[in-house]
Amino acid sequence: MSLPTARGAALRHVRRRAVNGLMWGWGVVCVLAAVIPLGFVLYYVIAQGASGINLDFFTQLPKPVGEPGGGMANAIVGSLILVGLASLVGLPIGILGGIYLAEFGTNRFAWTVRFFADVLSGVPSIVIGIFIWAMVVVPTHTLSALAGGAALGVMMIPTVVRTTEELVRLVPVSLREASLSLGATHWRTVLKIVLVAAKGGIVTGVLLAVSRIAGEAAPLLLTAGSNQFWSTHINQPMPSLPVQIFTYAIQPYEDWQRQAWAAALVLVSLVFVLSVAARYVTRGRFRMVR
Amino acid sequence: MLSTSVAVQPGSLRQQGDRAAKVEVEHLNFYYGRFQALKDVNLTIRERQITALIGPSGCGKSTFLRALNRMNDIIEGTRTEGEVRLDGQDIYDRDVDVVALRRRVGMVFQRPNPFPMSVFENVAYGPRIHGLARGSDLEDLVEESLKRAALWDEVKDKLRDSAFALSGGQQQRLCIGRVLAVGPEVVLMDEPCSALDPLSTLRIEELMHELQQKYTIVIVTHNMQQAARVSQETGFFLHGEMIEFGPSTTIFTDPTDKRTEDYVTGRFG
Repeated sequence: MSLPTARGAALRHVRRRAVNGLMWGWGVVCVLAAVIPLGFVLYYVIAQGASGINLDFFTQLPKPVGEPGGGMANAIVGSLILVGLASLVGLPIGILGGIYLAEFGTNRFAWTVRFFADVLSGVPSIVIGIFIWAMVVVPTHTLSALAGGAALGVMMIPTVVRTTEELVRLVPVSLREASLSLGATHWRTVLKIVLVAAKGGIVTGVLLAVSRIAGEAAPLLLTAGSNQFWSTHINQPMPSLPVQIFTYAIQPYEDWQRQAWAAALVLVSLVFVLSVAARYVTRGRFRMVR
Repeated sequence: MLSTSVAVQPGSLRQQGDRAAKVEVEHLNFYYGRFQALKDVNLTIRERQITALIGPSGCGKSTFLRALNRMNDIIEGTRTEGEVRLDGQDIYDRDVDVVALRRRVGMVFQRPNPFPMSVFENVAYGPRIHGLARGSDLEDLVEESLKRAALWDEVKDKLRDSAFALSGGQQQRLCIGRVLAVGPEVVLMDEPCSALDPLSTLRIEELMHELQQKYTIVIVTHNMQQAARVSQETGFFLHGEMIEFGPSTTIFTDPTDKRTEDYVTGRFG
C-alpha cells in the first residue's frame, strides 16, 4: 500500500461529489413521485367538485333522478353523527387502554393487548363491517347509525390506543417524580400531570384517527346503510358522505356524478381541516421547551 | 470557585450538637436487583441545618437521598432494609402513609422539572392535592411560598404564564417554592444547582441559607466548595458506604479517613 497521493485524493473527491449528486437527484425524483399523485388527486377533486358546490348542496336533500338540483345535507349531518358515535365508542376505550398500557404495561396481559391492537389496526375495514353486521345488524334486524358508529369506533381503537400509549410514555420521568414527591398518588399524577403533558399529542392522534374513519365507506355499507331523507334516529339507517359518494358515482346520471365529486371535495376539505386543527392544537400554551 | 483547595466559609462555624435529631438512619441497605447500592449506612440528620452529602458519581448518595422520602419505592425491583426514623418513627413501617410522608419530606431534583402549567398552578398543585387551601387562601399560600423561594418579585406579574417561560434558575426556585407550599419539615435537594449557571447557583445557595432557619435541608452535591459553603455537617459516600460523617469544617480541613482526604483534596473523583 502506498501513501495517499494528491492525485488519488483529487480523484476520490470527484467521485464522492458525483455519488453525492446522483443520490441527491434520486431523492428528488422519489419525493416528486410521492407528491405528484397527491397533487393530481387534489387537483382533480377540486376541478370536478367545485362546480357542484353551492348553497343547495349543503342545505337540500337529494332529489329523485331527473329532477335537477338537490343536495347532500342529510349525508353531511349523517357523517357528523356517525363520527360522533364512533368517538363515543372509540375514544374512552382507546385513551384509557393507552394509559393502561403505558402505566402498567409490563405484564403479559399488556403485551397481548398491544399485540391485538396492532393486529386490529391491520384488519381491512370491510371485515370490521361484516363483524359489526353480524354482531349488531343481524340481532336488531336493521341497518342503523348505531351499528355504523360501532364499526367506525372499533376502527379507531387501535390507533388511539397506540398513540396514547406512545405519548404517555414520552412524558418525562422527572415530571412524574415531581408529582409523586409532593405526595400525589399514582392515579392523580396520571390524571393531572401526565395526561396534561401529553394532551396535545393525544388530541393530534385522536383527530388523525377521526379523519381516517370519516372517509370510510366499506364498513358503513354493511352497518349504517343509507337513505335519501332526513334521518337523525340512531337506530335507523343513516346516510353518510362516503356511502353517498359511492352510490352517486356509480350511477349513469351526470347530475349525480357531479354531486358525487362535490361530496368528495367536501370530504377532503373536512379531513384537511381536521389535520390543520391537529397541528394547531399541538402548539399548546405550555409546550415543554428545553 | 475555580480553586481546587476548599475554602471554608463562616456559615459552617455554628456550634454543632445543639440541634435535635430529625432523621435517624440505621443499618440502611438498599438493592437494585442484585446490586447493593447502599451498605449499612448509619447517619443522623439534625433539624434546621444543612447536611451535605458528597462523593463521586455512582457512590449511592442520590439513592440514599431518595430513601429518605421513599422515592425509591417507585423503581421496580428494588429492596430496602434497615430503619429510617423521622422524628422517631420508622418511615418504612407498614402502616406509614407514603403520601403523608412525602408531604413532610419534600424533594428538589437535579434538573428543574416544573409541570406544564402556569407558574401559579405549579405551586398550587401540592396544596390542592392535600386540600390545604382554596380560593383566596390558596392565592395567599402561593404568594407566601414564592416569597420564601425568593421568586415572588420576579414572577408576580406572570403568575398565569407558562412555567417554561422562566429561566433555568427561576424554574429551580419555582420547584423549591412548589415543595415549600405543602409545608414540609425536611427538604431533600438532589444536586439542585448542577444544571444552573454560577449566578443562579449563588441565588439558590443564598436561598438555602434562608431556608435552614425553618427547614431541615439535606443536599447532595458534586461541588465540594458548595458543600463547604452551605452545610454545617457533611457525609462522604464511596461505593455505597458512608465513609465519614461530621462537621463540615472537620470533613474539609481535617478528615479522619484517608479516602475522605483524598477525595476532598481532589486526588480522585
